Amino acid sequence: MSVVAERTVASQARPPRRHYLNVNYGVRSWLLTVDHKRIALLYLVSITLFFFLGGAAAVLFRLELLTPRADLFEAETYNKLFTLHGLVMIFFFLIPSIPAVLGNFLVPLMIGARDLAFPKLNLLSWYVFIIGGLFTLTAAIMGGVDTGWTFYTPYSSTYSNSYVALTVTGAFITGFSSILTGLNFIVTIHKMRAPGMTWLRLPLFIWSHYATSLIMVLGTPVLAISLVLVALERLFQLGIFDPRLGGDPVLFQHLFWFYSHPAVYIMILPAMGVVSEIVPCFSRKRIFGYTFIAFSSIAIAVLGFFVWGHHLFVSSQSVYAGLVFSFLSMLVAIPSAIKVFNWTATLYKGSIVYRTPLFYALGFIGLFTIGGLTGIFVATLPIDVHVHDTYFIVAHFHYIMVGGAIMGYLGGLHFWWPKITGRLYPEGWARFSALIIFVGFNLTFFPQFILGYLGMPRRYAAYPDEFQVLNVMSSAGASILGIGYLIPLIYFFWSMRYGPYAGANPWDARGLEWTTASPPPTDNFEYKPQVSQSAYAYDEEQKVG
Amino acid sequence: MDSHAAAAQRKTYFLVFGALLVLTLTTTGVAFINLGPLNTPVALAIAMIKAALVMIYFMHLRHSTFLTRVFAGAGLIWLLHFIIFTMSDYLTR
Amino acid sequence: MAEIHGTAALAHQFDDPEQQVEASTLGMWTFLATEILFFGGMFVAYIVYRMSYPQAFAAASHHLDIILGTINTGVLIGSSLTMVLAVYSAQMGRRRGQILFLAATLVLGLIFLSIKGVEYQHKFHEHLVPGAGFQFIDADPRHAAIFFSLYFAMTGMHAFHMVIGAGLIIWMARRAWRGEFSPAYYTPVEMLGLYWHFVDVVWIFLFPLLYLIGRH
Repeated sequence: MSVVAERTVASQARPPRRHYLNVNYGVRSWLLTVDHKRIALLYLVSITLFFFLGGAAAVLFRLELLTPRADLFEAETYNKLFTLHGLVMIFFFLIPSIPAVLGNFLVPLMIGARDLAFPKLNLLSWYVFIIGGLFTLTAAIMGGVDTGWTFYTPYSSTYSNSYVALTVTGAFITGFSSILTGLNFIVTIHKMRAPGMTWLRLPLFIWSHYATSLIMVLGTPVLAISLVLVALERLFQLGIFDPRLGGDPVLFQHLFWFYSHPAVYIMILPAMGVVSEIVPCFSRKRIFGYTFIAFSSIAIAVLGFFVWGHHLFVSSQSVYAGLVFSFLSMLVAIPSAIKVFNWTATLYKGSIVYRTPLFYALGFIGLFTIGGLTGIFVATLPIDVHVHDTYFIVAHFHYIMVGGAIMGYLGGLHFWWPKITGRLYPEGWARFSALIIFVGFNLTFFPQFILGYLGMPRRYAAYPDEFQVLNVMSSAGASILGIGYLIPLIYFFWSMRYGPYAGANPWDARGLEWTTASPPPTDNFEYKPQVSQSAYAYDEEQKVG
Repeated sequence: MDSHAAAAQRKTYFLVFGALLVLTLTTTGVAFINLGPLNTPVALAIAMIKAALVMIYFMHLRHSTFLTRVFAGAGLIWLLHFIIFTMSDYLTR
Repeated sequence: MAEIHGTAALAHQFDDPEQQVEASTLGMWTFLATEILFFGGMFVAYIVYRMSYPQAFAAASHHLDIILGTINTGVLIGSSLTMVLAVYSAQMGRRRGQILFLAATLVLGLIFLSIKGVEYQHKFHEHLVPGAGFQFIDADPRHAAIFFSLYFAMTGMHAFHMVIGAGLIIWMARRAWRGEFSPAYYTPVEMLGLYWHFVDVVWIFLFPLLYLIGRH
């Protein structure tokens, strides 16, 4: 059994003469590509731009929150900033991030296919994403939206004087990008697996993307119709959500959260899939409880559709419904906990190899656990009555989305960077920025748990004086976090030109993607793989079919 | 497909079409009869039979794989779940 | 007439034609599942408000033309028949049948849309379009307006899907005329058929829920 060297040595590992990056050149060859690997890179560039836009909005409102008074921005401008932050980060960064970048790149490779089932739909999904983004950006530039990313009615449908219709149109269009990606993954995973790649030999990354795709396909259409109805109400004064006209604003909340709660599982499941790939590799061990982890992904996807009412606990929703939703929200934590236990059991007595991907995975496990536990707190009805719409909620979901999902994304980006580019990133700088990110993250968001518990409401530009110290800590943390995110941008670019060649399998990992060259040829494999080995066979040599 | 099977398939299409027309006229006619609280369930039942006929015979679910039928059913089941859980709020307020 | 056989076009990512057909079928049903949930959101809104305002909904429903609605239902069911016969013709390799039945489907679809247009025009003249000009005397006008909001939203979205279907039929008929389909490869026609039948199924539920409330 070969062991990864102390320093990951770039072997005499020049890339193949022809691979997917140099097979042809020119703007048209990229904008009209149907190669899933190139489309993944198109997404990578786009979502990175959106990430820094959403981050810029956060920098601005965290500046405002340095002082108790609303002295940097008017309240309405502040509202537009946090709305932009939420919309961009959720719809244009987190939801596409891992599936559209890593999923698009890896799903065919991991199952031994030449491409996804519908390559042209794949390209279409990127264009739809861009068009939706342009609509939303246009609305933002024209003056933006001040409703919060949740668009609650009747404010969004009747009373707001901002560009609601244009913004919801952008979100509506982008939703189809999600739907097309999910559709493509589902059909691909069912129908395009290589000979011998049975369901129970699939990498857990695939299981998590299959589960994510179920949510994308079954949930996103409901968001779409919710946004259509808001737009129609604004344009034609319909009254479906306006209490003066006999409408029920809570109906919008049901329609909205039926998607938006499962959406958070769209954002976290792929990251869990990444962690399930990284942990066995750097523990040099088979993953513990493969079947449990696989089915827990499906369980999260299904159960995630049964809990949306926990966003409506204080909305005048029936208390009896609230009790049911509260109970089910506790249940949905169980499959997530199962994953955490299994990852931990995999690390236990493993021969740990410390590399950046593992640091991100460990960060994920710890921070996701904190975020998840606070989820149990807020699933408890009486606690939520106290902390709803406070910074406690903000901290809860940022621990999962930033401490969890974004760390998973960065870990995956580092783990598969050699495969995607054929180059190694600089390990020293990567570890340094991971540390900065970890410190910055906790400094930003832990004080927010305390602020929320003490009663500071969210979505306010001003706050009582006694909350200033914690807010200053949070804003300081945000600056550190921002720097932490900028460093990888620099060294990833650097590595594409100056990084050492990686070779096919620099981590000595298991999985079909590591049996082909780095970067892979356009059709992924020289010969169609035949699979005879179970996943994560770290106690055996990788069998190349 | 041999000519017997082909002719049989065509005949099935016309039979299903006929049934759908009859059911349409039925549902319109029954709407004018006072069945009390049963009017709506009856109308929905007829609609479900019509939808099933279209899906099984026109959309070829009859000849489809088990997986295809699962996919076809999944959307319906999910919508039913959405309706039931939402109504659990409205009916218990 | 000599039948023109198309080539069994096999896209590069697939290993064999069976895999391609199965993938396309699953893909189309997945898309239809998304459509069920898309329309479903409006059905949820409908159920909530019909339960809340039963009298207003019944009174409002009476203002819909049940004759035109029933005829339109028949027209759409007829178009489903012609569509499945178009697929059948493709399966049998009959180019003329494909084109004729696709054309018939298109014609019936356009008849449906025309009748719908007539109905919408009537509603406009009767001041039953929600908004500033809405007037209703048989029940609470706010609640009746919600019925008509849902009526226009649901039938409008349905009509929009039919317009897209009509465009797809024209495109498919062109491909059929160019001899692209054969018994070995007629998947696109079959997929279009699935889409068209789905739009029919949506109407099968819209019709009783909108037109047949409290008619006795």
